[in-house]
Amino acid sequence: MLLRHTLPEVKERKALTINPAKTCQPIGAMYAALGIHGCLPHSHGSQGCCAYHRSALTRHYKEPVMAATSSFTEGSSVFGGQSNLIQAINNIFTIYEPDIIAVHTTCLSETIGDDVDQIVAKAKDDGKIPEGKYVIHASTPSYQGSHVTGYANMLKGIVKGFAQKSDIPREQLNIIPAWVEPADMREIKRIANMLGVKFVMFPDTSDVLDAPQTGKHVMYPEGGTTIAELESCGDSSYTLALGEWCTQAAAQDLDRKCKVGYDMLDVPIGIKATDRFIMSLSRHGKVEVPALITAERGRVVDIVTDMEQYLHGKTVALWGDPDTLIPLVEFLVDLEMKPKYIVSGTPGKKFKQKLEELLKDAVPDAKIANGPQADMYLMHQWIKNEKVDLLIGNTYGKYIARDEDIPFLRMGFPILDRIGHSYFPTVGYTGAMRILEKILGLFMDRQDRDAPEESFELVM
Amino acid sequence: MRKIAIYGKGGIGKSTTTQNTVAGLAEMGKKVMVVGCDPKADSTRLLLGGLAQKTVLDTLREEGDDVELDDVMRIGYGNTSCVESGGPEPGVGCAGRGIITSINLLEQLGAYEEDKNLDYAFYDVLGDVVCGGFAMPIRDGKAEEIYIVVSGEMMAMYAANNICKGIVKYSDSGGVRLGGLICNSRKVDNEREMIEELAKRLGTQMIHFVPRDNMVQRAEINRKTVIDYDSTHVQADEYRTLAKNIDNNDMFVVPKPMSIEDLEKLLIDFGIAN
Repeated sequence: MLLRHTLPEVKERKALTINPAKTCQPIGAMYAALGIHGCLPHSHGSQGCCAYHRSALTRHYKEPVMAATSSFTEGSSVFGGQSNLIQAINNIFTIYEPDIIAVHTTCLSETIGDDVDQIVAKAKDDGKIPEGKYVIHASTPSYQGSHVTGYANMLKGIVKGFAQKSDIPREQLNIIPAWVEPADMREIKRIANMLGVKFVMFPDTSDVLDAPQTGKHVMYPEGGTTIAELESCGDSSYTLALGEWCTQAAAQDLDRKCKVGYDMLDVPIGIKATDRFIMSLSRHGKVEVPALITAERGRVVDIVTDMEQYLHGKTVALWGDPDTLIPLVEFLVDLEMKPKYIVSGTPGKKFKQKLEELLKDAVPDAKIANGPQADMYLMHQWIKNEKVDLLIGNTYGKYIARDEDIPFLRMGFPILDRIGHSYFPTVGYTGAMRILEKILGLFMDRQDRDAPEESFELVM
Repeated sequence: MRKIAIYGKGGIGKSTTTQNTVAGLAEMGKKVMVVGCDPKADSTRLLLGGLAQKTVLDTLREEGDDVELDDVMRIGYGNTSCVESGGPEPGVGCAGRGIITSINLLEQLGAYEEDKNLDYAFYDVLGDVVCGGFAMPIRDGKAEEIYIVVSGEMMAMYAANNICKGIVKYSDSGGVRLGGLICNSRKVDNEREMIEELAKRLGTQMIHFVPRDNMVQRAEINRKTVIDYDSTHVQADEYRTLAKNIDNNDMFVVPKPMSIEDLEKLLIDFGIAN
């Protein structure tokens, strides 16, 4: 029993967090910045921050993650990090030649109050930013919010740095995905292309963090939103923001700055959320939904109707990030499953409100917690009090899965001990099919494992 | 060696009082070190005759970790050893961290070792104790004695009371005690009585009442302490008395900070409001 110290009795805790369900802001900022073509993330702080954040992403995506650091010393923390950052900008553009540097702060540079806006302006005045090159930035102290907040803040930085409004409006939509896998970003583009919508999607980590092996290392892979695309997003007719926590702030800024209205949607996980996404694409892109998409949807519905008996009434415990958990819970309810325990380390009162609304008929007694103290320990306590049939969440749940002997579907960030998440989508109708396949596989494997010899089924 | 930290509201005259008192102790034959803990680096100007001193942090920044004690320490009036922590320019970086860095470095360099034969080390600390860094001189048993420079002005008394709260916090974990209040007179009505009463309420003493005298400013313009500039002047004797009182002091307490209501009442009772 790896977690033998977990006590079933749930007591209110004032300060202690055990196995948090979140990680540092800059990891999200780095991930978002990697979705811009030719962009090098830069960590304004000590070296250890950068090393950890890079390795956290590498362990999940199994790809090299490049990022630079201001390498703070004792002196930089006393005198401020201006000279380090200006020198870094100079070195990076000279040696690594990115088109863009995306600076994010760290706890240390935030606490000493470094004004990155002013430092970048000075770097520009000093001629350290070559013509046609850009430095964008985001404030990402890890003692606020979570990795999700960091992703959202960098998206704001991207809008601030690039979005422009010219006199010529464009017949195109903006799509801003929440933190989802490269495969999901690829799938969102596939859907939009099938509908025949013209669009700019940012960020876009497909072909960056799932880049093919060509035998040659490239510093800046093929993928990512280009500068020209980013600059054009201020002329788009409308924005589809997918995931409130990750994308609303950026969509709002774009609306304020360039008067591009936006539709606040969920990440298209499951049938209903995908329906809403496709209907919004159709409405704002002024296109018909093609029969091929309708057929994809029909295939999901077919699986659900065929396999309902394996899903009905099964209880689930989930943890992860709000933007993916909310539509996932909606999907599980549609499958007549019972999402019973839900935990997210990311704060925001709306999380509980939205989930309670989704679950008020199906699972009125569901336990939901989010914020810095909603941790994996609490999740384990709940499970110890009343077991569930399925766990869905990131790799950190594997200890609970093993101790409590519960089938475990890996979804979310980080997944450190399996592959597939970055190659096969969970969004759209095909993603819904994949989720169904995974869940059914787990239940059926479990049934095969536990069935007595006389009822060991050949056909299921 | 006695290690003493001087606190008080900004602009109250901490640096001036410290240096003049140190001059008094030096005249008595004591070996004193002054450590300026203020980014402005003006805590040793009068002892060094205005000599611009390279601060610990400037040296650290320019030379890296390879700093020698001689790089940062200068000898001033009466064989006093003078060190300035220094710090960032206003509005950037973290001055608090600077003080932590610089005091740690001084310890590493052996500034307080036995072979230095110091009788006193004085820490002259900037304004209020705004963050952990500015409490560094009273953490981990560094300074054991604190004197608060105060005047009869309300905000100075507020600050003194606030500093006492900080002392209480660190007296629990370390051995730091309050040695008394130094009244640096601003010629406020009933000033002496009021500060004596404030000291009593805080559970301490007014160790000396330093009257206001333009001689202090005159000496200062000439980059000297009063004792150095005009050793026969009556103000020089005031600082000698203060130095003697500190040297003979044996009243070290954990202060009892007052509530704001009590503090305001004290001001009213002693007539400022009238």
